[in-house]
Amino acid sequence: MSGRDEVLARVRAALRTAERSASEHELEPPPAYAPRVRPATDPHELADRFAERVADYRATVVRTDEAGVAEAVSAALADLEPATVAAPAGLPDAWRPAGARDGGALDHAELQTIGAIVTACRTGIAETGTIVLDHGPDQGPRRLTLVPDRHVCVVRAEQIVDDVDDGFVALRPETGEGAAHAPPLTFVSGPSATSDIELQRVEGVHGPRTLVVVLVQPGAPPG
Amino acid sequence: MSARWPETPVDFPKAAHETLKDSQLRSNLGHATTAIRAKREDVVSEVDDWESLRDEGAAARDRSLRRLDEMLVRLEESVTAAGGHVHWAADKESAQRLVVDLVKATGSDEVIKVKSLLTDELELNPALQDAGIHAQETDLAELIVQLGGDRQSHILVPAIHRNRREIRDIFRRELPGAEDVSDDPAALAEAARRHLREQFLRVPVAISGANAAVAETGTVAVVESEGNGRMCLTMPKTLITVMGIEKVLERWEDLGTIMRLLPRSSTGERMNPYTSLWTGVTPDDGPEEFHLVLVDAGRTNALADPVGRDTLRCIRCSACLNVCPVYERTGGQAYESIYPGPIGAILTPQLQGLDTAPTLPWASSLCGACYEVCPVKIDIPKILVHLRGRVTAETNASGKGHHAGAERLAMRSVARVMDSRRAYEAAQKAGRLGLSLMNNGRGARGALPGLSGWTGSRDLPDPERSFRDWWREREAGELEQGPDAPALPQAAQDPAARSGAAMPGTPGPEDALPTDVPRLHGEDRA
Repeated sequence: MSGRDEVLARVRAALRTAERSASEHELEPPPAYAPRVRPATDPHELADRFAERVADYRATVVRTDEAGVAEAVSAALADLEPATVAAPAGLPDAWRPAGARDGGALDHAELQTIGAIVTACRTGIAETGTIVLDHGPDQGPRRLTLVPDRHVCVVRAEQIVDDVDDGFVALRPETGEGAAHAPPLTFVSGPSATSDIELQRVEGVHGPRTLVVVLVQPGAPPG
Repeated sequence: MSARWPETPVDFPKAAHETLKDSQLRSNLGHATTAIRAKREDVVSEVDDWESLRDEGAAARDRSLRRLDEMLVRLEESVTAAGGHVHWAADKESAQRLVVDLVKATGSDEVIKVKSLLTDELELNPALQDAGIHAQETDLAELIVQLGGDRQSHILVPAIHRNRREIRDIFRRELPGAEDVSDDPAALAEAARRHLREQFLRVPVAISGANAAVAETGTVAVVESEGNGRMCLTMPKTLITVMGIEKVLERWEDLGTIMRLLPRSSTGERMNPYTSLWTGVTPDDGPEEFHLVLVDAGRTNALADPVGRDTLRCIRCSACLNVCPVYERTGGQAYESIYPGPIGAILTPQLQGLDTAPTLPWASSLCGACYEVCPVKIDIPKILVHLRGRVTAETNASGKGHHAGAERLAMRSVARVMDSRRAYEAAQKAGRLGLSLMNNGRGARGALPGLSGWTGSRDLPDPERSFRDWWREREAGELEQGPDAPALPQAAQDPAARSGAAMPGTPGPEDALPTDVPRLHGEDRA
């Protein structure tokens, strides 16, 4: 019997046994789901809450309008060491720092020499201060936002959803015949951290130790 | 290499007796559980629909568990369609063999590992070691446990029984390049970062667990904080993910529900720093080869029990550990399994078989705090009581009555101590001293000498003084009778008992002893 057949046979036998003896016990039915009532969300409130919650993780949040992105990105790279920057090929030109290397072309060893990476994102989640990367052309493969020690991520206010469940609705991959391959997703909530030693929070273990979120919103003060 | 767990049967009273001697452990743990409890309460109180969210979490888990065969077949289809390979292991040995063979096929003699409870349950590291493959743990706490040749004591923070000085000493001794590291947690984390970075960039095979997998999409999730998970899931050429069959979810949105519940219940954060989701393999991004190993290893034992099967809803958040008065005293290692605390007390006996861990269902005061915090509403006290019934019935039926004797053993310990009045009084005094030293404002409990088997699973009221002390003081006129005087135990109100028991130096009838000392008293936690 293959491992597959054996496991599935055990599962089916267990389900039958439980079904047979269920009546011997006073069992409550599984809890019922009551969908929550969602208040209408105001886009300004979402952006404010997102900014506040990202900052709670000791990430840096810079709010600006479209015209101020280049300056905000440049300021986020000011004290960089090593002073080498990379960006994915699909990053909008206006956001791309001068002299940035093409991130997608870097191998593991070259990535180690990069001080910072500048990307866009797929979605922001206000309630938890989370940015979600789907590693599309304006974000690059997963290694790109992982190995360099600083990640500057540009988030547009209209990408922000209220809570995690809304994020999952927005991020649902295609299913069924002919569905496109589901991209990998990385949920990032603040910089890398550990509390493994006496529960004292230390920012920065293996992922980027510095996270700068540039939040782009029409009407926000430039820079 | 982390130490193996002791051979079964698990003997909780005996193991707890040992761990209770370690005051450093209790101090480290008390600090940790208090801090995590407070954080959890803060972030849970922010969520307006927390109670219905718990209902939905439980329902989502049940939907999948009640049709687990279908879910697993769908998961296999989705993962395969996305370019991954699915393998099945009925037990620990076949899981070990499968993984060892998969690693050998890559030609590598080393792997990097994401923290995974299941791989520890399967004793995968020793199995890899036996096959000449070095498994490097990369989670900071797992690294501490591995370098120290130690065992885990908490689901979320496995090295929580170690303080910073102990960790510094382990690093100085065992971690290349860390000979002069200080005991500052940031310096210790930096030493781990430097040591592991080279391996992340070089080692071609990673092994991970999984927090969940979605049947309809084939997506697998790993939830973490440090980025070691992202490194292992992204950098190597081959990824082997080992997952318990119960972790599968039916729908994509179910994962959204779990991701609202898990971080708040686990680390007490709105969201953990990093969650990775991946579906099969993606060209030019991450591993070229992905293997998903689905493991039963006793899960179907639990699934066959209509009461016990709710245990399989567990999403391993560890909230129940942090509120458990028994766990807080004994620490995780007393449970002699990777799954400690209340969830371990119901999970381990079901996974390993009731005869291998017959005492664990008694490792609880049934106070109910674990159920209150469980994000997927596992009624742990109900399952504990159910398993106690099963242990007694099944071991009696099999003629192995001595295994059923956890409670009887505890009662015998009580009886033995009570046989000698002097020993009993000494135990009471020492117990009260211990209680006042350990009192943390939530009622008191402690290890009475010779009674730790009992007090490990039963709570004690905090007597200001024993009846005997009280009586002696009263006789000596030291105690004012007033509204603050302690209520007399039943025995003291019985004139016959009073005449016998009260005379100092006169052996009294044993039934005159306070009869309610080892009584159930966990309500202060609920």
